[in-house]
Amino acid sequence: MKLTLEIWRQANKSAAGAFETYSLEGVSEHMSFLEMLDVLNEKLTSEGKEPVAFEHDCREGICGACGFVINGRPHGPQPKTTVCQLHMRSFKDGDRLVLEPWRAAAFPVIKDLVVDRSAFDRIIQKGGFISVNTGSPQDANAILVAKNESDKAMDAAACIGCGACVASCPNASASLFTGAKISHLALLPQGQPERWKRAEAMLEQHDLEGFGPCSQHGECEAACPKGITLSNIARMNGDYLFSQLAYSPRVGASTEGG
Amino acid sequence: MDLSSKAPQDVDIRQAWDTHKFRMKLVNPANRRKYRVIVVGSGLAGASAAATLGEHGYNVACFCFQDSPRRAHSIAAQGGINAAKNYQNDGDSVWRLFYDTVKGGDFRSREANVYRLAQVSVNIIDQATAQGVPFAREYGGTLANRSFGGAQVSRTFYARGQTGQQLLLGAYSALERQISAGRVKMHARTEMLDLVVEDGRAVGIVVRNLETGAVSTHAADAVVLATGGYGNVFFLSTNAKGSNVTAAWRAHRRGAVFANPCYTQIHPTCIPVSGSYQSKLTLMSESLRNDGRVWVPKKAEDCGKAPDQIAEADRDYYLERKYPSFGNLCPRDIASRAAKEACDDGRGVGPKVEGVARGVYLDFADAIKRLGKSAVEERYGNLFEMYERITGENPYEVPMRMYPAVHYTMGGLWVDYNLQSTVPGLFVIGEANFSDHGANRLGASALMQGLADGYFVLPFTLPNYLAGVKPGGANEGTAAFKAAEADAQGRLDKLMGIKGKRTVDSFHRELGNLMWEKCGMARTREGLTELLGRIPQIRQEFWENVTVPGSPGELNQSLEKAGRVADYLEFAETMALDAREREESCGGHFRSEYESEGEAKRDDANFCYAAAWEFKGVGQAPVLHKEPLEFKYVPLATRNYK
Repeated sequence: MKLTLEIWRQANKSAAGAFETYSLEGVSEHMSFLEMLDVLNEKLTSEGKEPVAFEHDCREGICGACGFVINGRPHGPQPKTTVCQLHMRSFKDGDRLVLEPWRAAAFPVIKDLVVDRSAFDRIIQKGGFISVNTGSPQDANAILVAKNESDKAMDAAACIGCGACVASCPNASASLFTGAKISHLALLPQGQPERWKRAEAMLEQHDLEGFGPCSQHGECEAACPKGITLSNIARMNGDYLFSQLAYSPRVGASTEGG
Repeated sequence: MDLSSKAPQDVDIRQAWDTHKFRMKLVNPANRRKYRVIVVGSGLAGASAAATLGEHGYNVACFCFQDSPRRAHSIAAQGGINAAKNYQNDGDSVWRLFYDTVKGGDFRSREANVYRLAQVSVNIIDQATAQGVPFAREYGGTLANRSFGGAQVSRTFYARGQTGQQLLLGAYSALERQISAGRVKMHARTEMLDLVVEDGRAVGIVVRNLETGAVSTHAADAVVLATGGYGNVFFLSTNAKGSNVTAAWRAHRRGAVFANPCYTQIHPTCIPVSGSYQSKLTLMSESLRNDGRVWVPKKAEDCGKAPDQIAEADRDYYLERKYPSFGNLCPRDIASRAAKEACDDGRGVGPKVEGVARGVYLDFADAIKRLGKSAVEERYGNLFEMYERITGENPYEVPMRMYPAVHYTMGGLWVDYNLQSTVPGLFVIGEANFSDHGANRLGASALMQGLADGYFVLPFTLPNYLAGVKPGGANEGTAAFKAAEADAQGRLDKLMGIKGKRTVDSFHRELGNLMWEKCGMARTREGLTELLGRIPQIRQEFWENVTVPGSPGELNQSLEKAGRVADYLEFAETMALDAREREESCGGHFRSEYESEGEAKRDDANFCYAAAWEFKGVGQAPVLHKEPLEFKYVPLATRNYK
């Protein structure tokens, strides 16, 4: 098939970007979307032009490195599919595809379709872990976890940190990402001791990074390639609220003093 | 060359690790922060090592080429992680896991290392669970297990089909905690270009910031490589696109000997190549072979027909025919070779790529008839969905098509019992070392080894080295650092300056195809000799005719690839040489000349050693050193799956 591609080209963080149009022939329906871009890049390189920079690594939908917006939809038209697993049979001959990077103030564009998602790591640094040093745990089966709770924790833990939720959100909120990690740990007994502090600290960092608030549009859930649900945001908000009401630093201080 | 393992020889293997731990020196907690440690790579091995060393109080710097440490390729492991917990009370033990791993590795690993691996496997599960890794559970709340290839007990822990992801995110969370505490400094989007060696010790690395292109040096009291395997030398593999041999190869060039590079694992069930544009291969879990039946048409002329048009009598269920007792569940290396033979015989199915159909059917029709569609869906639903997403074919109606693909590399930098390479101060962990898997790795053992090394071995053995080193001895201002940095910069400039006609990928594909043909599933002296003649030619053309667009002072993915391919073009030669030198068949290394009735024929009298190669210069023959392997606890025996 033959495609017309309008791709966002931007040299670096401070440069102004613009769309450029490319025409590509001989695209096979069996190619993945990224393989189609490989073909384009080989062509550009052979013509002495600079290839399009895009992020990718595992190309099997799990590392979370890839992702850009295709015709307004993060990761393109297939539900629950990262762009590396999206195949060209989802498109037809003569299609015009507009490719642009994740758009969010907290995700500055580094080059072309590559953005800086280090804000996600900084949110995790504020509490997306259980404080347990290597070597100190008891036997694994000493902690019993009901199967359905464990399954729910796994549903939340399946997040790949790609950033599609942010790109799809009109507020550029990272609530789904943050809520998924908070939920994963809040649903497990191991996560209880730090539960309230975690929700508070991670959400504060979320706001500091410049992500917007959640206004329950639900676009993130629709865009998420791993099917992370909005209920994770509700759980996060509940934990945050509880933290504010029942676990404020004042209470802690007075307990210590008493 | 001293290739002594340094494992205690004066005690029984069961006491070796505890004895060794007690004998090793410690570093006083107050002194630890004075020691700088560099960890390169943030997969299971790297992240767990960096986090644990941070917890201990060392001053750690961790580097990864990805935009975040959470994306390292350990994340893609599906099946599970072995541990000798014996939670199922089915006769498992540390000894049995040790025994299975030595035997599964076809008696080409080091016994003491394998025993220790089995021993600490139980601690890994405790650690991961405490971190919140959501392993599968039974209704009573205890951890669930499943069985896996090469074992008769259920010892594999798993988190759906995403065990690698969950274990990596556990290690990543521990790492982020130490970053937050200021004990680990993370350098993402930073690729190691060289190792700095001063007075015979590893004292630092040269790196390139992939976003700005800036080249810089970092000094440390010890360097740890956790940089994964070299499967992408084949271009097509199940590895992530960025996985590369550069860090290990650069360390090799600086004096670390490279062991058993010819040991590669080919996974039998991957989605076949669909065209010449193919960029990577996707693995489908080995568990599919529990219920799927593998077949090809008996007659080559039937290959073009739709599978349901081929009568039962005209199908060749070749694994069931050749291996009646193990059938479709025979080990990975055997299933892979049988698929290749069928396709070489002209009986492959699916679309032809470059004139040959390379695929075999994995058919679930009988399983659906026997168990019902819903039971099959429950077991394999997510895999069927993934298959359909990639191929556009519905495996409930049409048999899946499969073909083997490169999946894991057992070879790597040689290390002793302390995981130290032949360069003092350079430690190598995870898939990057020549490891504990011998000539073949059992399923669910890669995650085990990565985390064993990072959480439970290196944090004891590294301090033993540091205790003998004055902290802060190395600094970036010395001649060794300046020279290494100039070398790396010169190489980048050279790559940019060639301005030839061919793309980096075209060279990588050419090398990869050739390696797959001549050094893949079946190897011959003749083919390897031809390969050894071709590699220097491709390398020469690369350095004369490659084109790298853009500039070096910015994000330049072509330049990143060019550096990696340049190293593969050197590494490939040593790999082919190792494969030619090893005149026997063992595990993943199959030499067509050494077989009996189609089965691998090991030669213990002449090849019961680890082959460790010493670099002598590009285009110059490396020197072979041998570490003899002794099997005192698991007697040498022939694998038989018939």
